[in-house]
Amino acid sequence: MDFHFKEKSILPGFGLSLGVTVFSLSLIVLLPLSALLLRSSQAGVSGFIETLSQPRVLAAFKVTFSSALQAALINVVLGIVVAWFLVRGRFPLKRLVDALVDLPFAMPTAVSGIALTALFAPNAPLGGFLAQHGFPVAFTPRGITLAMIFVGLPFVIRNVQPALADLSRDLEEAANSLGATRFQTLTRVVLPLLLPSILSGFTLAFSRALGEYGSVVFIAGNLPFKTEIVSLLIITKLESFDVTGATVLAVSLLTLSFVSLFLINLLQARTAKYFGN
Amino acid sequence: MSITIQNVSKTFGTFKALQNINLKVASGSLTALLGPSGSGKTTLLRIVAGLESVDEESGGEIHFDGSAVTANPVNQRQVGFVFQHYALFRHMTVFENIAFGLKVKPRKERLSKEEIKDRVFELLKLIQLEQLADRFPSQLSGGQRQRVALARALAVQPKVLLLDEPFGALDAQVRTELRRWLRHLHDTIHVTSLFVTHDQEEALEVADSIVVMNKGEIEQVGAPNEVFQNPATEFVMKFLGDVNVFHGRIHDDRGVFTDEHKGGDENVRLLVRPHDLDIRLSPGEGVSLPAKVYRVLIIGPLVKVELLNSQNQLIQVQISHETYQMTPVKADQQVYLVPKSSRVYGDGAVDYAI
Repeated sequence: MDFHFKEKSILPGFGLSLGVTVFSLSLIVLLPLSALLLRSSQAGVSGFIETLSQPRVLAAFKVTFSSALQAALINVVLGIVVAWFLVRGRFPLKRLVDALVDLPFAMPTAVSGIALTALFAPNAPLGGFLAQHGFPVAFTPRGITLAMIFVGLPFVIRNVQPALADLSRDLEEAANSLGATRFQTLTRVVLPLLLPSILSGFTLAFSRALGEYGSVVFIAGNLPFKTEIVSLLIITKLESFDVTGATVLAVSLLTLSFVSLFLINLLQARTAKYFGN
Repeated sequence: MSITIQNVSKTFGTFKALQNINLKVASGSLTALLGPSGSGKTTLLRIVAGLESVDEESGGEIHFDGSAVTANPVNQRQVGFVFQHYALFRHMTVFENIAFGLKVKPRKERLSKEEIKDRVFELLKLIQLEQLADRFPSQLSGGQRQRVALARALAVQPKVLLLDEPFGALDAQVRTELRRWLRHLHDTIHVTSLFVTHDQEEALEVADSIVVMNKGEIEQVGAPNEVFQNPATEFVMKFLGDVNVFHGRIHDDRGVFTDEHKGGDENVRLLVRPHDLDIRLSPGEGVSLPAKVYRVLIIGPLVKVELLNSQNQLIQVQISHETYQMTPVKADQQVYLVPKSSRVYGDGAVDYAI
């Protein structure tokens, strides 16, 4: 095969950069993934079918994907609002609030999980109040979604924020001068223009939520069939020395994630045609 | 639709962008707001559009055809606004951009799909871009984008058309072409138009009427020729073209050139345009100012001669190629300058012309 850049490029060091790219991708991504595939193949097709048809496993997949999807969707809404506030708002300590956004990235996930549980457990003031009013959070799928929102929110904010900052005020003024209301300006001009960054924020938040373990396990309560997520099942299998079973689950989770991400990327490519190509 | 601006002031923090502006723009005219950057011309345009509010304590008002629109927000003012950097919606085609204003109207007032299509194609024809209806803005040249922006603004049949440095981002050739085209367009549709520019040539060439602004105030309002020939202030004269400044004094109610600083009542400045100076090889009768040729620039049909006077100040003279060939001069040659006309500004000088 003949490797070269799309067009003849004046970029120096093509060979070197290709080497570094292939080497690092192989070492960090491909090698562990192939090991995973290799190990899971020991189970054979029948092993896959057997593991994946267990009701407990199916329930875990359902809980994981539906919670991650919900969390990512809520994060999109919250993220846009927060990004808007950070870009357009003028308030004291703006830089401090801005720095606060990244905190979930830095926090050990177990710490966030314990903190959220402490806040929303039925015996805590806030969690107790919510539970009394028919809205229990900890140890229900809601708790899982909440933890996923917590870890995913910075992805949406950090993706939308620069796009919004780049959005020229002229565009909103133009829409306004043409008779559009604030709402029409938002839905027909601002949001469509932010769509690529919203989509990539959504993708990142969604994939992070799918693989999340540390912050979820504490608040989820891990009741089989109800609040058990796939990553927890994988750990459970590992702890009972069923490594092959664990890799079967891991490969299935990865495949499903990959398919969803691929679909989102297709969507993104469709929107990309408006942007300068 | 005439525009009346009454006692309008605008302050940004401590900066006075506009100070008590009063102006009437005649219905159907094409008026230029001309001034250097920071003169408040764009702020004034944005206030007329409703994109900026009037300082409340000033009690200023904007009227369209006699009825106050000061309290109307921009989306109810029915103005067409054209931005310097086009501000086209890049996720929409040319067609969708132009149709935008028609599609966001409340259902009762909205035209049917076919009517919108007809109207958009009518406008595309007007801007001569019918074949580009399905293109995205990123596929158009700067001049084409600005024409689309203009069509988009005209689609809603605005009461007034406001243009903020519409040709500022274009290169020289496209600019001249679009200027001519804008004038032609205005002669076809007669919508009252107000445009901002810092280019005096553009204002002189396109506008029916020029409003010269400086430091948040209006210096002069008038027809292009009048503003150019009879500048009301020294600022206007300097802004509308190159000028040479000479020292002078008032003698018998006339401005008199004094070649050197002599003190005393030498308190006025005489301003002479480069084309109002003749070059003579020997001193003649009347005023003739000695100067030495510094260099000669031949620019097509024009010849620009730069000279230095006894105080080493640069003087610019502009003559035709023909005149230059009759009396050719070269660097370091001693010559004499004869002003054909000058204007006097300065302490106590009202308006003396010789």
